Amino acid sequence: MASTLEERLYRSMKRIRRFEEVTAEIYPSDRIKSPIHLAIGQEQAAVAVCDLLEEGDWVGGSYRSHAMYLAKGGSMAEIMAEMYGKATGCCGGKGGSMHVISTAAGVIGSSAVVASQIPVAAGYALAARQAGRGRVVAVFLGDGATEEGCFYETLNFAALRRLPLLFVVENNGLAIHEPLAKRRAVPDGICRVAEALGVPSTRIADGGLHAIRDAAEAAVSALRAGTGPQLIEALVHRRRQHVGPDEDYDQGYRSRAEAEPWIESDPLPRLAARLAAEPRRRIDAEIEAEIAAAVRFAEDSPPPAPEGLFADVYA
Amino acid sequence: MSTPEPRVLRYVEALREATDLAMAADPSVFLFGLDVDDHLGIQGSTKGLQQKYGPDRVFTTPLSEDAMTGLAIGAAMAGLRPIHVHIRMDFLLLCMNQLVNIAAKARYMWGGQVSVPLVVRSMIGKSWGQGAQHSQGLHALFMHVPGLKVVAPANAHDAKGCLLAAIADDNPVIFMEHRLLYPTETPVPEGAYAVPPGRARLCTRGDDVTIVGVSNMVQEAVRAAALLAEAGIAAEVVDPVWLRPLDVDTIVESASRTGRLLVVDNGWTTCGASAEIVAAVVERTSETAGIRIRRLGFADTTCPTSPWLEADFYPTPRRIAEAAATLVHPERPPRLPEATRSASIQFRGPF
Repeated sequence: MASTLEERLYRSMKRIRRFEEVTAEIYPSDRIKSPIHLAIGQEQAAVAVCDLLEEGDWVGGSYRSHAMYLAKGGSMAEIMAEMYGKATGCCGGKGGSMHVISTAAGVIGSSAVVASQIPVAAGYALAARQAGRGRVVAVFLGDGATEEGCFYETLNFAALRRLPLLFVVENNGLAIHEPLAKRRAVPDGICRVAEALGVPSTRIADGGLHAIRDAAEAAVSALRAGTGPQLIEALVHRRRQHVGPDEDYDQGYRSRAEAEPWIESDPLPRLAARLAAEPRRRIDAEIEAEIAAAVRFAEDSPPPAPEGLFADVYA
Repeated sequence: MSTPEPRVLRYVEALREATDLAMAADPSVFLFGLDVDDHLGIQGSTKGLQQKYGPDRVFTTPLSEDAMTGLAIGAAMAGLRPIHVHIRMDFLLLCMNQLVNIAAKARYMWGGQVSVPLVVRSMIGKSWGQGAQHSQGLHALFMHVPGLKVVAPANAHDAKGCLLAAIADDNPVIFMEHRLLYPTETPVPEGAYAVPPGRARLCTRGDDVTIVGVSNMVQEAVRAAALLAEAGIAAEVVDPVWLRPLDVDTIVESASRTGRLLVVDNGWTTCGASAEIVAAVVERTSETAGIRIRRLGFADTTCPTSPWLEADFYPTPRRIAEAAATLVHPERPPRLPEATRSASIQFRGPF
């Protein structure tokens, strides 16, 4: 049954939100054997961009990549099993939450050294361009990554070689606990830097899912037309700790008052309000069933065999 | 009928020929790096290849070693086979994050789902004022890391065979060249052949002392062996060729037979390749084997530019020969002939 755009976006965002909420609930039990960097509150960029990508397109990201992985079609059971450290995980228990991958779904392995995924995604874009079949690559990065040298190096090279690469800056204003204003002389200058290097850029200041999707739609069609890279900067809000399952507004580095407007403009309840009760109830039920099955799969799966320690050091 | 004389090529021509053969055989192979397409073509090792294979497969880069390394890794994971060229090995320090944190670990941390068939070529400089930042042999840094392979061909035959093996390898290979090896010549077979990991090369045979050389120090060790021969000492010069994985067995066999092991590295000794080679031999031989050991390498200082200072920075054939002679006759090392006659000696096979 074909679903409408609104149903699709709601399902994708709700699925990620609930997956991470359940992950956070399980986390204190120590059954999850991996640090977790949750995207709760900032799922919309992944949802919007991945809605426009096709099966053959690629996405790459950082240690905070659950949303990207799920939105692009990665298996929920396998990412949960990965966090449990089980043999059935998407990396066989060798990557954990920070290094998710799905070659089947076009998810390039995610990387835990900030910004290091950016040039790697450009390498996929180079291969995509050489293959000439119109595939595109979207690379997700945070505002912190825009301070690393390889961000600039990759913008320049992607523009020079007209790579089909979409830079998606999920700007949550924080590098671990440090706000943008302590890190950049021109905190709102990311797009101007990219433009100066030859990469057309769009800034979405209110984190609106539809606004991001509209920008991504234009960007992706430009990429497919071969006109070179594009950048979207979406301002978003991280509700949980940098790493860990909890909210941390009581820690003193930021206030709950800062969060209020973001919580008010959260795209998820807005999407929910636009759906009729029946499809919404059905979608919710399917999501809960999928999550329950993923947790069961992770819990029932065997741990990796000890000899796996030395497997895959070399191809 | 007489056998035709084997064809002789210079090291630099062998590198070019290997690249050409690999690119002709496999459209997924591409070559990039600063200056690979200019009129000099990395001393000639990439010359003419852009004309032959086009700017999509042979191209220069911005001065962005970090991102260009990531680009190569991503392209490799996506199914291409990049050869990334650096005119000096010192510049690999700008690539370290991508090489160590991603290239080496990609296959492992992503559960065996990807591979990184990447070759990183780089050249070590020496003399004419190369100095602190154009002379470093940094192979030990890479040998330390599981997931990387490291190779240092020391003659033209191996330059071609190792490069073809590295390109065919599904893992990231750090391919270490030496500027002073570029003009050296050996017989080089036509067509494709591989010098894969797993077998060290015996360059000279002898039962008195084993000398393991690395990169250009293989040639210096062969020259030292000639000096030692005149003093009646038969040195066995071993070229590991591949440093990771390392053929420890061949070195252990030779050192066990000679009872003396001198390792001469083209780098510093502290935490270096020579330390690894010696440790591997000691771990695999009994205490009663009683192998006497020495190491030589770069002086434990930064490489100076002035030739008067640089003269004492590198192991020379004479110093290698003296160290070897002292291992053989600790009490009364023999007088060695002057080194001048050895300068033109090159290892030229057999292979």
